[in-house]
Amino acid sequence: MIRFLFSFLTALLVALPVWAGLDVQMVTSPGGIKAWLVEEKSIPFVALEIGFKGGTSLDLPEKRGATYMMSGLLEEGAGNLDATAFQKTLESLAASFKFDAHDDALTVSAQFLTENSDQAVELLRKALQEPRFDQVAVDRVRAQIISIIAGDKKDPNEIAANEFSHLAFGNHPYGTPSTGSADSLNQMTRKDLVTAYKNAMALDRVFVAAVGDISAEDLGVMLDRLLGKLPATGGAMPPKAELHLTGGVTVIDLPTPQSVAVFGHAGIKRDDPDFFPAFVMNQVFGAGGFTSRLTEEVREKRGLTYGIYTYMASYDLADMYRGSVASGNDRIAEALDVVRAEWAKLAANGVTDDELTAAKTYLTGAYPLRFDGNARIAGILMNMQLDGLPVSYLTSRNEMVNAVTREDIARVAKRLMQPDNLRIVVVGQPVGVTSTD
Amino acid sequence: MRKVLVTLGLFLVLPFSVNATESVTTFKLANGMDAVVIEDHRAPVVTHMVWYRIGAADEAPGKSGIAHLFEHLMFKGTARFGPGVFSDTVAANGGSENAFTSYDYTGYYQRIATDRLELMMEMESDRMRGLTLSEEDVRTERDVVLEERNSRTDNNPGALFAEQRMAALYLNHHYGIPIIGWRHEVEQLNREDAFAFYRKYYAPNNAILVVAGDVDPENVKAFAQKYYGAVAPTEGLLPRSRPIEPPQIAPRRLSYSDLRVAQPYMIRSYLAPERNPGDQTEAAALQILAELLGGSGLTSVLGEQLVLKQKVALQSAAFYDGMSLDQSGFGVFVVPAEGVSLRDGEDALDAVIADFLKKGVDAAHLERIKAQMKASEIYALDDLEGTARRYGEGLTSGLTIQDIEDWPNILQSITAEDVMAAAKRVFDKKKSVTGWLMRDDAEEKQ
Repeated sequence: MIRFLFSFLTALLVALPVWAGLDVQMVTSPGGIKAWLVEEKSIPFVALEIGFKGGTSLDLPEKRGATYMMSGLLEEGAGNLDATAFQKTLESLAASFKFDAHDDALTVSAQFLTENSDQAVELLRKALQEPRFDQVAVDRVRAQIISIIAGDKKDPNEIAANEFSHLAFGNHPYGTPSTGSADSLNQMTRKDLVTAYKNAMALDRVFVAAVGDISAEDLGVMLDRLLGKLPATGGAMPPKAELHLTGGVTVIDLPTPQSVAVFGHAGIKRDDPDFFPAFVMNQVFGAGGFTSRLTEEVREKRGLTYGIYTYMASYDLADMYRGSVASGNDRIAEALDVVRAEWAKLAANGVTDDELTAAKTYLTGAYPLRFDGNARIAGILMNMQLDGLPVSYLTSRNEMVNAVTREDIARVAKRLMQPDNLRIVVVGQPVGVTSTD
Repeated sequence: MRKVLVTLGLFLVLPFSVNATESVTTFKLANGMDAVVIEDHRAPVVTHMVWYRIGAADEAPGKSGIAHLFEHLMFKGTARFGPGVFSDTVAANGGSENAFTSYDYTGYYQRIATDRLELMMEMESDRMRGLTLSEEDVRTERDVVLEERNSRTDNNPGALFAEQRMAALYLNHHYGIPIIGWRHEVEQLNREDAFAFYRKYYAPNNAILVVAGDVDPENVKAFAQKYYGAVAPTEGLLPRSRPIEPPQIAPRRLSYSDLRVAQPYMIRSYLAPERNPGDQTEAAALQILAELLGGSGLTSVLGEQLVLKQKVALQSAAFYDGMSLDQSGFGVFVVPAEGVSLRDGEDALDAVIADFLKKGVDAAHLERIKAQMKASEIYALDDLEGTARRYGEGLTSGLTIQDIEDWPNILQSITAEDVMAAAKRVFDKKKSVTGWLMRDDAEEKQ
């Protein structure tokens, strides 16, 4: 069966650039703004993605949460429109704008109809260039975020993830929640938000992808309108984050029936020659789905969890190899024992030929299937740019997956998988698991 | 500002008459299996789904959770394709797969390159009747489901609160029982329960095939006849008949306290009619009512009054989903601002609803909502899986293809008078449950 399927997939890969319709045009606007464009005229709308590198890591000391809060305020009034008028106009145009800020980027996802694209772009221009940060909106959004922070402090998943990040990165922005704290938000002034805006949204860090019913020429004109008046430069990027993780267990008591564990240690850089072997190795080990080792051992064989996964946590300023599992308080110890044993086994023995073949066929076959829908394609193209990948990656990516050998994985498994350095954070009331430090 | 917006609205209505059309073909196999084919030739990808007209609300008393547990067991292998082979095959072809269980349906799907469709149909049709299950399979998977219940519900006070509210909203109908099942009943489910359930309900005459993507309907039909057509139906399977609600004559209130609650809030749910075949106007009016009242953060009636003007709420919303075989619910929701009690939040909500019932619908607002609904048909063309799901849900919720296709036009036909008439009927506290989620009982002195 597998052999037959494999030959089929080879055929599919060759066909990729044609069928995915991924004729990616490199557009430069008259004003010099670059974008990746896929023209797709069958549906009369455009999906536009704009990413500003830096994100919440640009928060100034003592102003943690400023960028996140600022991004939430971009849709709360701009130019001559207060928050209500802005929203009503957006609704009338049947367009959608989403603003988001995470560790490494501030992102804008817009969808608008061809027939009123001029008006939609004008509204988005206001949000990007003339946000108002009205005090009444600032206060409203502040209260909403403080409520989110309070919720996160009682959510076992958030507590575990935040504690893990804090152990890993201490006082670097990666080490604290992007939302900031109630204290930092209560002291946040309109001036702080304007500073965060100027630091985050500048032309020296912007990336654009557009997919849909628009020509290269029209896109160029649109980009100059949308972004042309933003400042040329923004805030200084923070330094590389030093990883402080050590091996051991941290238990945080929370009266809840199921313990949530986050585990991991140092990872591998995106541009390291061993990144692809590590990526394929992770597919075998814990990437999720029904075919990974951890799912097989922890869920399928023992019924200890509903979900367990690992991933290459690649940030701009640091790299980790991380995972998560949740099991009843009386069963989490067994689940973690299995994780540790599998960790050591992979480091010692690598993967089998069958596992490698299955991982490659899955990864190479699944990749083209991601490109369905204008909005999804635009998102992928923008993330590629944020990650510093060239457009040729669309075709070379599968070649790099296929080039990975068992020996590569054996080497990278020895280097990456360090059972003794594994830090495990458990939130709940686990039986038989105690803090080691 | 308002004046400008009204003109904008009028201006927009014309261009929106450009219609978004889906290319849909339907057929029925001799053994009773229905099929829907939705064409989209942008990429050689296909979504293959089989929907069963069986859900959590069809479970026998004492067997809650069996429909959902069974969904898990469907991945355990058949005599022909052993344990894990189906999933491995999907993965080896770069596909993705999953399954879902609701009150009214259970569904399975794969998303894969178009030329693997036949293989998917072969394997999916094989497990419609051919499943083999060991005691061990059932025991282990039951543990997985109990951990799923932990993750989704028992670790989440908001989900526990929702379970209690649903149980109170339905006096007799099984929508009052959680889809994942009550823990004490799930713990007792066994292989015998699973097989009895499987033999009866997993049959072509209880199933709907939905294929969406780069396909030729004639080819799909030929494959469907070859694979699904060969599966024997369950003889004497009757249309679903469930316990129905008695007249609801008393408003219900409940409060749930849990130390894990960070943010108290209140929700009220009213029993509400669902979309019915040939009769969807009331549901469409309720859908628009939900949008008007609470479909957006600041511009909806609740958001404007409670969040923006009175500042008594951090957040408010109204929600309604008419896609349901039996009576659905219409909900309103308030998260009180700092320093505002649940009591005051609820009173403010009631005052806004009373005021809305008196004053009626703002014409420009209705126009905006309809424009968005019209445009959503265009955006929906970019989401093939969503479209496939809409047909599967509709057909398992008792609607016909015609009903599903008529729905956008019915929404556009709704008038302000329709909305107000529906609002007056649905806002009847005797048919409602009001719930407060709190940190501890002492917090709210009434």
